Amino acid sequence: MSGRRRVLRWAIPLAVVPVLVLLAYGFRTDPREIPSPLLGKPASPFALTTFDGKAISLASLRGQVVVVNFWASWCIPACYDEAPSLERAWQAYRDRGVVLIGVNIQDKDEPARRFLTQFGHTFPNAPDPSGRVSVDYGVYGVPETFFIDRKGQVRFKQVGSVTDEIMKQHVEKLLKEPA
Amino acid sequence: MSRPLTVVALLVIAALAAAAPLAAAPVNENTVHEVAAQLRCVVCQSLSVADSPSETAHQMKAIIRERLAAGESPEQVKAYFVDKYGLWILLAPPRQGFNLLVWVVPFAGLAAGLVLVLVLARRWSRRAAAAPDLARPDAAMRERIQREMAEREP
Repeated sequence: MSGRRRVLRWAIPLAVVPVLVLLAYGFRTDPREIPSPLLGKPASPFALTTFDGKAISLASLRGQVVVVNFWASWCIPACYDEAPSLERAWQAYRDRGVVLIGVNIQDKDEPARRFLTQFGHTFPNAPDPSGRVSVDYGVYGVPETFFIDRKGQVRFKQVGSVTDEIMKQHVEKLLKEPA
Repeated sequence: MSRPLTVVALLVIAALAAAAPLAAAPVNENTVHEVAAQLRCVVCQSLSVADSPSETAHQMKAIIRERLAAGESPEQVKAYFVDKYGLWILLAPPRQGFNLLVWVVPFAGLAAGLVLVLVLARRWSRRAAAAPDLARPDAAMRERIQREMAEREP
């Protein structure tokens, strides 16, 4: 067998190795898990009108820890699962410099209000009829929850339902940071 | 309808008519479509904003139109979406860095395949051309074969 032949005999199976490495990497990543480019960046300002007709803007909340939750009444079961945790977190932290804002997206007025009544939500909730706020936050599904620190930077994004533990973990961490 | 109401209604209609051309700023719908076709509809993953009938895509199109109307270039509008969603929002990955692989590898693979086929085809045709010389015995060989076969026969 000539030297060239011997090289070819090894080179062809070896050429498969990079392909296998690429596949091994590709199949281990979750295609639905899209990293947010917003982490560590200033949160986009927004001004909305709540379902109660009150104006709410991010700019007016500087210095506080802000949690923005994007939801929809048709988002079953994730938004329904997390709803009690949101209200519990609001009750626990509202007097400690934390503001929780619900942003209702891709929804209709009546079912959205029914959702709020069903869970007895007392934190500010506002519709985003043009979708501008949800695009500003790079939202691609509901529910998504953003944790914004006292300096106005997005620090964490939860895709899918939040739990009591997730709320506590991130809110407590951001509360410890100086303004 | 009472007369004052009619007058008010007419005035409102006139005001709306006057405002309409202002509201519809000169945004080229083709440009809107062009940008929308390059962006991924965020709720449907494999459709472009231009192709998706979803409400989200509709809102994204409105945002594209609004930004173009405000004087942004198509590139700036795309950059805004990339800023918020990451490169994932673009249906075609930009031709730079690691993403270049996606653009280069298929063509490199095709070229390598073509070269391989050419080399092999040439080698096979050379072997095929050489083979008949061995297979077809010349006159001397044929005579020897016949003689030897005759010798073996009883």
